[in-house]
Amino acid sequence: MERADAVATPPPRGIAQVLAAGVGRILVSIFVPVVAFVVLWAGFLWLKDSGAPRIVIVLVAIVWGIGGVAMLYVVANWLTEKLPATWQGRILPFVFVGPALAILTFYLLIPAVLTAWASLFDANGQEFVGLDNYVYSFTNPEMVTAIRNNVLWLVFGTVFSTGMGLAMAVLVERSRLDRLAKTLIFLPMAISFVGASVIWRFVYSYQPEGQPQVGLLNAILGAFGLGPVSWLTGEPLNTILLIVILIWGQTGFAMVIIGAALKGVPDEMLEAGRIDGATEWQVFRRLIVPSIWPTIVTVATTIAILTLKIYDIVTAMTGGNFNTQVIATLMWKQAFTFFDAGRGAALAIILLVAVTPVIWYNLRQFRGRAI
Amino acid sequence: MRTIKWSRVAINLTVIALIVVWTVPTIGLFITSFRDKQAISNSGWWTVFTNPQGAFTLDNYQKVLFGGDGLATAFLNTLAVTIPAVVIPILIAAFAAYGFAWMDFPGRRILFITVVALLVVPLQIALIPVLKAYLAIDLNGTFLAVWLAHAGFGLALATYLLYNYISQLPKDIIESAALDGASHFTTFRRLILPLSMPALASFAIFQFLWVWNDLLVATTFLGTDQDVAVMTSRLVSMTGSRGQDWQLLTAGAFVSMIVPVMVFLALQRYFVKGLLAGSVKG
Repeated sequence: MERADAVATPPPRGIAQVLAAGVGRILVSIFVPVVAFVVLWAGFLWLKDSGAPRIVIVLVAIVWGIGGVAMLYVVANWLTEKLPATWQGRILPFVFVGPALAILTFYLLIPAVLTAWASLFDANGQEFVGLDNYVYSFTNPEMVTAIRNNVLWLVFGTVFSTGMGLAMAVLVERSRLDRLAKTLIFLPMAISFVGASVIWRFVYSYQPEGQPQVGLLNAILGAFGLGPVSWLTGEPLNTILLIVILIWGQTGFAMVIIGAALKGVPDEMLEAGRIDGATEWQVFRRLIVPSIWPTIVTVATTIAILTLKIYDIVTAMTGGNFNTQVIATLMWKQAFTFFDAGRGAALAIILLVAVTPVIWYNLRQFRGRAI
Repeated sequence: MRTIKWSRVAINLTVIALIVVWTVPTIGLFITSFRDKQAISNSGWWTVFTNPQGAFTLDNYQKVLFGGDGLATAFLNTLAVTIPAVVIPILIAAFAAYGFAWMDFPGRRILFITVVALLVVPLQIALIPVLKAYLAIDLNGTFLAVWLAHAGFGLALATYLLYNYISQLPKDIIESAALDGASHFTTFRRLILPLSMPALASFAIFQFLWVWNDLLVATTFLGTDQDVAVMTSRLVSMTGSRGQDWQLLTAGAFVSMIVPVMVFLALQRYFVKGLLAGSVKG
C-alpha cells in the first residue's frame, strides 16, 4: 500500500519548496539512524557498568538485544525506501542478506582462514613452522591417545546410540507403554551434558574398599560380594564409560526419529513378506531396515558429528585426565592453558577436516526434506 | 495365540527394564539433591527407601541458589544469554532466507552456497580469533558478545533450514502481495514470518536447548566470574573446585535442568522436528 500511495500523491510545488523538502528529507534520513545508534550505544554502556539489581539488568539486556536488532532492520529498510526505485532494488536485497553475511564472515569465514594460517606458525605466531604442528598432532603420545579416544567416541557412540535407538523404536512400538517409554527415554536429550555428567557421577562414584559405596555400580558389585572398581581412572574403560553417558542421552533421539520413520513403512508390504514365509527377523532385516535407511543414516551422521566435537562430558567428568582427553579438550588446553596458538589451531583444523565428509553426507540425506 | 501372548509379555518386560535403566540415574540425582551432606557421603541414595533418616532437606537448594555459589544469579544470566541468543539469529536468518529465496541480486547463488559451505566450520575454530577481536575492542564478558557469537555459530544452519522452508512457500501469495503494492519488508513481516512459524518454532526450540545447555561459548566469551557466569560454567567450576560438595552439585544440576525439561515436555512435537533439523549444528 505504502508504495502505491507515494506514487499517487505528488503535490505540485515550487523550487524553494522542493529544495526545502529535499534538505528536510536528508536531515531526517541522517537524524533517525543517529538517534537509533545513540540509543543502542547508551544501552550498551549502561549494561556494561550498571550497578542495578541483576534481575533489572537481565530484563533490560533482553529487551535491548532483541529490540536493537529489530530496530536496525526497520531503520535500514526505512532508509532504503527513501531512495529512488532503481537504487532501492539494488540495495534492499543486501539489507536482507547483508547482516547474516557479515556475521558469518566475522564469526566463521575469517576465523577459519586465520586458524588455518595460524596452524602453520609456532606457539606465538611468530615463526613459520610449516606442517610441524600437524606432525606434532599425529605423533605426540597425548594427541595420539586423544585421536584414539575420538575414534572410540565416533564408533561406539554412533553405533550404540543408533542401534539401540532402532531396537527400542521397534520394541516400544509393540508395547502398551509406548508413550511413557518414549517420553522417559527421550528426556535426557533436554539435559545438558554437564547436568548429565553430574547425574552419572553418582553411578560411577568410587570409594576405597571398606568405605560405604555411594556409586550405584560399585554398590551393585558390593551386593555380589565383589570389591569396588575405580571406574574413571583406568583406560580405555573410562572413555567407554563416558561414551555410555552420550549413549544414554542420544538413544532417545535416535528412537524417536527412527520411530517416526517406522510409522511410514506400509503395513501391506510387511504383511506380504510374512505371508511369503519370512520370519520376523527377515522382515526386519530385509524390509523394515532398507525402507527407513535414509533416516538411520541421518540419525547416525548427526550423532557422529556430535561425537567428533565432544567436549562437555569429558570436561565435566574427568577434565580430560586419566587419558580420557579428546581432540576438542586438547585443543582448548593447547589454546587457553598452554597458550600455544599454533597447536591449538592445528587441532581445530583437524576437527574441521574430520567433520566435513560427515556433514556433507548428512546434508545430502537431508536435502529437500522440509522441517 | 499363546506364543504371541508370551512375546507380548516379553516385550513389555523389556520395555519396563529399559525405562528403569534410563530413569534410575536421574532419580538418584533427584533424591540425592534433598539429602544432607553427611547422608550423601555415608550411604547410597537408594537407602532412603529403607532408612529415611536425614533424607529430606531443602538446605541444598537454599544454599546453592542464594549462598556463596549464587546459582540464582547464574540462572538469570542464563536467561539473559539464552533468550536473545535464540531470537536474534532466527530474525537475521529469516531475513536472509527471504532475501535468498525471493529477491534478485547479483551473486545470490554463490553467496548462498558459501553460507551452506560454512556449516562445516566447527565453532572451536572461531574461539581464538573471535576472542582476540573481542579483547581488542573490549567487548568480551558482555552479553552482546555471547549473543553475537551464538548468532554466528547458529546462522549458517538457521539460514539453510529457513531457506528450505521459505523458498517452498507458494509463489502466488508473494507475487500477489507485491501486486497489491506491499514492499518486501511488509511482505516479510505480515506474510512470511507468520507462515513460517512451524519452521521458526522448530529451530527456536533447538537453538534454545543448544544455548541453554552450552558450556564452551559461554565460558569463552562471558567468562567464569560469578556475576556474569551461566549455570553450566558455574556447575563445572563446582565439580572442579569442590568436587566433594555433592549436595550442592546435585541441587545445582537440578536447577539447571528445570527449564529445558519443562520446555521439552510442553513442546515435544516441535522439538523432534527441530532436533532432526538441527543435526549439523556448530
